[in-house]
Amino acid sequence: MDRNLDPSIVAERMQEPNIFRKDELEVVGQRTPKNKHLPDAFGLRAPPPAPRPWRGGSSSSSSTAPSLVDSLFQRSLDDLIKSLRSQPASAEPVLLSRALAEIRREIRSPDPDTKAVALQKLTYLSSIHGLDASWAAFHALELLPSPSPLHKRLAYLAASLSFHPSTTDVLPLSTHQLRKDLSPSSPPPFSSLALHLLSLSASPDLARHLASDLIPLLSPRASSTITNTKNNNNNSSPLRPKAAAAALRALSLCPDAVPLLFKPLVDCLSSPVPRIVSTAVGAFAELVSTTDPAPYLPLAPEFYRLLTDSRNNWVLIKLLKIFARLAPLEPRLAARLVDPLCDLLRRSSAQSLVFECVRTIFSGFPDHDHALRLAVDKVKEFLANDDDPNLRYLGLRALTMIGPRNSWAVEESRDSVIRSLADPDPDPNIRREALRLIMGMVFDTNVVEISVMLVNYAMKSDPVFANEILDAVLTTCGRNVYELIVDFDWYVSLLGEMVRNPHCAKGEEIERQLVDIGLRVRDARPELVRVARDLLIDPALLGNPLLCRILSAAAWVSGEYVEFSRNRLELVEALLQPRTSLLPPLVRAVYIQAVFKVLAFCFNSYIDQPEASQVSSLGNSTTGLGLTIECNAAAANCLSDDITGMESADGIASLLSSIEKKDPFFTCEYLSHILYLIETAVGPLSENADVEVQERARNVLGLIHMLKEIPVWKTEEEGFKKDKDNRIGKIMNLMRALFSEELGPVSVNAQKRVPVPEGLVLKENLADLAMILTEGDIAPSMSISFSLRSHQHMEIKDEAMPSVQSTSLLAEHRKRHGLYYLSAEKDDTESNDFPHALDPLLPGSHSDATEDLVKLTEQSLIPRKVKPTKPRPIVLKLDEGDGVSTSTSTTVKESKDDLLSGAIHDVLLGNEGKPSSSQKRSSNKSSGRRVKEVSDNSESVSQSKENLDLGDRENRSSRRSKHRSHDKERHRSSQNNEEKEEKSHRNSTRSSHHHERQKHRQRGEAPLNVVPQAPVIQDLLL
Amino acid sequence: MIRAVIVMNTQGKPRLVKFYDFQPPEKQQELIRSVYGVLSERADNVSNFVEADAIFGPGTQLVYKHFATLYFVFVFDSAENELAMLDLIQVFVETLDRCFKNVCELDMVFNFNKMHMLLDEIIFGGQVLETSSEQVLKAVEEIAKLEKSSSAISLVPKSVSARFGR
Repeated sequence: MDRNLDPSIVAERMQEPNIFRKDELEVVGQRTPKNKHLPDAFGLRAPPPAPRPWRGGSSSSSSTAPSLVDSLFQRSLDDLIKSLRSQPASAEPVLLSRALAEIRREIRSPDPDTKAVALQKLTYLSSIHGLDASWAAFHALELLPSPSPLHKRLAYLAASLSFHPSTTDVLPLSTHQLRKDLSPSSPPPFSSLALHLLSLSASPDLARHLASDLIPLLSPRASSTITNTKNNNNNSSPLRPKAAAAALRALSLCPDAVPLLFKPLVDCLSSPVPRIVSTAVGAFAELVSTTDPAPYLPLAPEFYRLLTDSRNNWVLIKLLKIFARLAPLEPRLAARLVDPLCDLLRRSSAQSLVFECVRTIFSGFPDHDHALRLAVDKVKEFLANDDDPNLRYLGLRALTMIGPRNSWAVEESRDSVIRSLADPDPDPNIRREALRLIMGMVFDTNVVEISVMLVNYAMKSDPVFANEILDAVLTTCGRNVYELIVDFDWYVSLLGEMVRNPHCAKGEEIERQLVDIGLRVRDARPELVRVARDLLIDPALLGNPLLCRILSAAAWVSGEYVEFSRNRLELVEALLQPRTSLLPPLVRAVYIQAVFKVLAFCFNSYIDQPEASQVSSLGNSTTGLGLTIECNAAAANCLSDDITGMESADGIASLLSSIEKKDPFFTCEYLSHILYLIETAVGPLSENADVEVQERARNVLGLIHMLKEIPVWKTEEEGFKKDKDNRIGKIMNLMRALFSEELGPVSVNAQKRVPVPEGLVLKENLADLAMILTEGDIAPSMSISFSLRSHQHMEIKDEAMPSVQSTSLLAEHRKRHGLYYLSAEKDDTESNDFPHALDPLLPGSHSDATEDLVKLTEQSLIPRKVKPTKPRPIVLKLDEGDGVSTSTSTTVKESKDDLLSGAIHDVLLGNEGKPSSSQKRSSNKSSGRRVKEVSDNSESVSQSKENLDLGDRENRSSRRSKHRSHDKERHRSSQNNEEKEEKSHRNSTRSSHHHERQKHRQRGEAPLNVVPQAPVIQDLLL
Repeated sequence: MIRAVIVMNTQGKPRLVKFYDFQPPEKQQELIRSVYGVLSERADNVSNFVEADAIFGPGTQLVYKHFATLYFVFVFDSAENELAMLDLIQVFVETLDRCFKNVCELDMVFNFNKMHMLLDEIIFGGQVLETSSEQVLKAVEEIAKLEKSSSAISLVPKSVSARFGR
């Protein structure tokens, strides 16, 4: 790969940079002895009295401007770099600020040399060390007109690196100088500098003002005369490609320039000089890829000619990029392109070109089986390149572009994809791409197998990739409100399994989905509660800070849907276990709130129980019970569903028993036990340092105290039941009102729909507020907790020693509180499960794992039509809130693009109606209309296709077309003024073309005008 | 379009920075740091492409090559071909190598201006301009000749002007 650059030699030279540096410094020291005099002062300290300089008299020796001594002893850029390198990195800020002070003084010097050096130093510091250079914009501007090429170049370099319309307010001042340098009479290097600045830092205004100055540089005759007069050696102008690149920038900044610049740019395409063609094609590729490609369709014949003629890979790649954008708009284009594409694929030895062909075919020509076949074979060659990760990576990338329609191609290279995923010496890119491919093959029929396979695989892989896998699974399954998921019970338990991954850092997303599914999918709630319980009772999870958010979700789910819980006592004990002290206060607050809900639910059920037992069936709900009983019924239904789904007899038995156990739960003893438990555990928390925890704890305790004051419920159920006006009834009704209302998902756009109340000024300037915030250095944070650090720390020490020797205490804890641990055998598997995953994978087993993986996916990747055993439950969706809302920024950009493409549309098609030269009048008229028909046709085709594909895209495109027509109208009206000028200009360029045609006879239809291209498109497309 | 060209050493110190869509200097430094963070974590035998969406915005990629103590990084978007960019790095490095006769990091440190001249002849406003290092060198030499001839006739004191001619 390095023919000219031998890495070993370079390495040798570079190995000891310090030695080189020292040598350099010593040499410099000898060469310029004045550095020895001022080794540390660097011009800051008053310099020693210097010998009278020879040109002293001429200098303006005022006291404010930098003195003569300053400019004589000015450090050059090299001196500055050396001084920076000779000091340790810690001294750098000091040195930089000193250098900056020095530059600030020097740059005001009237001597252009001093100024230029100062500017150069500043440019260096700004570019390499990130110092702000915007303050010196005016000084750079001052140097631009300098007659010295060196000064001019330094000034332009400084300007091109630091000028930008948003930060440089003196930019308009450069207009005149730029125009001067762009003029054909100035030397080409000057024009080149001006073009460079224009291409990097132009503002729309600047582009508008200078667009006309670009035309002579873009057109072949004028620029060739320059080169002919200046240096006769070659007839190709070095400026024309640069002018093309600058014109591209001007066009994208200022659509008004299109009538002026577009045609010369098109002419560049037919230049005999490859360099010019290359940049022009590059410019069109950029335009086509960043804006709406439709207006460029009439240029297709020209591009097609280049595609078949050109041998330059760079040009070919860019042409393919253009056609990839044009082909979807015009179906007939694809038919014409397939053959040259296949030809290139077969013939070319350049991998870059081959890759581009493959990409074009995959993304643009999915219906041409022959081409597709060829491209897939090429991709296989790429994938088989074991020693070149670049090709393998790009091969996988290409496969991701195929799309679901031709999934057979992915299927064919499945083995290499899976192997890439399980590569023992992995390249993160390749692995990620393989993962993306696999996720792309997920359908609702195989989502279960693939997800399970990946989650299991994540258990064995390294932390970073494990999280990427989890992320991929989470986003794929959660996509578009869980559209892939049929069996939510399965998915919820998968979420639970993800938590068991020792590297799991996706707490936030899992938390979100757990709560979200709870809100949206009513049928999934029983399973959700079961999964949440498994998470809550595992003391090992509590110590993991990455998982606390999931636990928070689990606690919330258990509290909110407590009616589905099979064992509330166990739940309360899990929520109040000692190790919860390891949780952050906010999560703890959620835990306590969940306890509150459980408590309220138990009392509610206790009160309502007799009524329910009278009816003896859970299904018949009484009005008084309202939602709770209804939900119980739903729970029972779901449980029985579970039973049908489960094979094991044990499962059925345990489930049945749990249902049976439900009824006798709410006895007096039971409730007093819960009360006692809560009181002892929550009691100490009322003194907690965190206000959130404290408040929740006091809420719970308040309720308990209130309940305890009423003796009646303990002793005599009947009496209490009869007396509905009893306090306890009131309290419980209140509590029920608090919690019984079901929470639902909230639309993203909900806020927008809230009407703004009168008198509320939303658009008030909040600048003052921002200032206050920055002054006080208060970062607005999402989670504000008012905890006292030290205090809390001590508390943790008191309460939670277990965090230190967790395992032994865990065992002890298990022994003591065996009650709320799982039954023996499940307990074992779980306790084994968790630490097991921490063990590093044995190296020997890796190949097995890969094989397993391949085998597993073999079955799962083939989309099968399996009839779901269970109907998909209803997933609550909001009408439009869940969709992606189009942001305003994109529409703004679109409208700008529309301006540009609309203008181009006008230039290519709209002006056709008024032909400028008389001999083409008749042919033009008809051709213009025909082209219009063609483009209309293509538009409608693309639109109908979009109709099939996506609903919202159609919306957008229709909006866009509306925009365009609007623009056209606007343009037509404004064009009247420019028309005359334009016409005359067109005539002049055309006459120049005639000259050109006579000059370069080698090309048949030499520089094509835009106008005669119109009939060609018909030929090409038919 | 090519969004940026960054040359930095293996300690993350930038040696040549050129952004084709404007970024203020502080932001540039921040971007360089994040690029370095990505590159320094990559092993030697892995592919040269990195998806840079997180750093440079959606749709961007970066390609890098590691020579001795230097990383050459090109950032580009979907309008460029990945392998072509890899070739372009090669073109750039070859040009440097021919210009400085076995280029090393020190050459890049002390030839700030010349590096920019060379780069501007290869990439112009984010568009690829020239891919032959011979042509690039020729163009740069012409500019140097022009500057030399004009500085000879100017009245600028030699002692000062000679040193910033590089």
